[in-house]
Amino acid sequence: MLKLLKYALYDILKSRFAIIYTVFLAMVAVSIYQVSDDLSKVSLSLMNILIMIVPLISAVFATTHFYNNLEFIELMLAQPVKRSQVFLSQLFAVILMLSLSIVIGFGLPMVLWGADSSLITLLAVGVILSAVFTGFAFLASVITRDKAKAIGISLALWIYFSLVYDGFVLYLIYSFADYPLEKVTLGLVMLNPVDLGRILMLMQLDISALMGYTGAFFQQFFSSGLGVLVSAGALVLWMLWPGMLASRVFGKRDF
Amino acid sequence: MKTSVRFLFFVLVGMLVSSISLSKTILLKPGTSIQKAVDAASAGDTLILKSGVYRENGIVIRKSLTILGENRPEIDGQGKGNILIIAADQVRIEGLKLSNTGRSTMDDSAGIKFFDSKHCVIKNNLLENTFFGLHFSNSSDMTITENVLISNAEREYQTGNGIHLWKCKNNLITNNQVSGHRDGVYLEFVTKTEVEDNLVSKNKRYGLHFMFSHENSYRRNTFRGNGAGVAVMYTKNMVMENNRFEENWGASSYGILLKDISDSKVIGNTFLKNTVGIYMEGSSRIEFEGNTFRENGWALKLMASCDQNTFKGNNFTQNTFDMSSNGSVVLNTITENYWDKYEGYDLDKNYVGDIPYRPINLYSVIVEKIPAAVILWRSFMVTLLDRMEKILPTLTPDQMIDQSPKMRPYDFG
Repeated sequence: MLKLLKYALYDILKSRFAIIYTVFLAMVAVSIYQVSDDLSKVSLSLMNILIMIVPLISAVFATTHFYNNLEFIELMLAQPVKRSQVFLSQLFAVILMLSLSIVIGFGLPMVLWGADSSLITLLAVGVILSAVFTGFAFLASVITRDKAKAIGISLALWIYFSLVYDGFVLYLIYSFADYPLEKVTLGLVMLNPVDLGRILMLMQLDISALMGYTGAFFQQFFSSGLGVLVSAGALVLWMLWPGMLASRVFGKRDF
Repeated sequence: MKTSVRFLFFVLVGMLVSSISLSKTILLKPGTSIQKAVDAASAGDTLILKSGVYRENGIVIRKSLTILGENRPEIDGQGKGNILIIAADQVRIEGLKLSNTGRSTMDDSAGIKFFDSKHCVIKNNLLENTFFGLHFSNSSDMTITENVLISNAEREYQTGNGIHLWKCKNNLITNNQVSGHRDGVYLEFVTKTEVEDNLVSKNKRYGLHFMFSHENSYRRNTFRGNGAGVAVMYTKNMVMENNRFEENWGASSYGILLKDISDSKVIGNTFLKNTVGIYMEGSSRIEFEGNTFRENGWALKLMASCDQNTFKGNNFTQNTFDMSSNGSVVLNTITENYWDKYEGYDLDKNYVGDIPYRPINLYSVIVEKIPAAVILWRSFMVTLLDRMEKILPTLTPDQMIDQSPKMRPYDFG
């Protein structure tokens, strides 16, 4: 398993994409640091980019990577190793690479120009979202045999979680404005990893506004032990289940 | 003629000297009764309290006395009634510690209670666990300075106001620290009073609360973490300058709540991390200039009932929402402010943006109607909606604009 992971990781870190992605993130971070005059504005701008870009890149890259490596994967399957190990080594390699890119690309400018707690949270959110969307991409890759279709599914999932889902929640809140909606919205937020990541950032950036009436309810929930436990649990589930499901499908797939 | 003038002069000096020699200094030790000493003393005398604990309450002073504490003696009210009750002119109270008054709203138990007094000085006292701290009614020309008032009540109803003035004028309230009371400083029917350099924090209700109190000024005070910030109601001609309003968090919590205020100035204040920086309704002709609004949930909530107010040359940075309102009528002037959310350009390089800025965005209107919607703030969907609204305003009041937004923040030092 470790050996497989090692080779998968070598392979992926040597690819041009890893370098381009890291440099791209670093350039974004550097330019934002140059333009903005203070840290919370930096984290705000970086967050806007990260919430959009990271899931997108993760989804597209992971899907293409899976198909590009299909021959290697098939070769490995001919060897006396477990299928799940072959699959998981690929998955972890991609997650590790994407996370490293974020940590280096965003982290280096932070080391140079300073960071606060919101920027550290931002790094964590980036890593979590990479893991979630890589899982989705691998799931999309194993349930179809067509690369284009798999990319399509990944992109659809990205659009759904980044845009459509929030639109749906907003519509719901607007339609049922007369009812107490705090718990419902809280439940709905748990069903979207992008929202969870975003709210982790809101807790840092917009704490004053969150202290408003229902806001205080959210604030209490997310800062209480139970709230942290539930939301962290939800995020862990989001990181695990797509990959696990994909691994099972992969295990039964006929090559 | 000349001799008679000289004679008169000597008589006058003689009277003066005799009156000085008549004013005595009386030393008191713990265990003796302060009330008896006060009764025995005559106007102009000085009582010096040696350090220690005096268990006494309801001490009534009806003559001009100076009461000084040596090494901060404590007068313990033992949980009954008021500690000092004063109705006289030119009383000076300095260096005492007053603790444990009664807890009755029937007589508003207080550390020191003044009635109908003038020209008194209350300086450098420590008040602990008092219901009301310093309570003044119908008094004028008082100097309240360098006192520390601490209450440890857990609920609002368990405590009174720190510094409470009712129907007073020409007072000076400076360098006091008030914490843990219901209202930190409460002024009602108070005029021409200056409140300066005080630190008012963690009070259960308002840090500063004043009603029907005209022509007062508030300078360089810090109001931090009070239950609902500062409330100012039914007042005209007030000046608020260089105060700091910080971390007033909560559902109905404001940096300042302005209700029915007119002809006033709010200049050079800093609003930091409040749920709402300024909430105002029914107010007119107020000038807001040189204020800094930073990291507030809402910098301004300007209700449609306000008119002829001017917001000029303020800094708005990192507020979640810069402004919100409840109507589309705009009768106020907003100009030459710096908004960090401004995305315009400055082609003629005069440091003024070439396109106007709209401080109210769509989502603040939505959150105003449905507070639960705040959870979707900063999502891509909401950002898109906001952009669309900026191009084609439909829900937001299209008159609420800053025609000449600054490109760079003001440096207020």
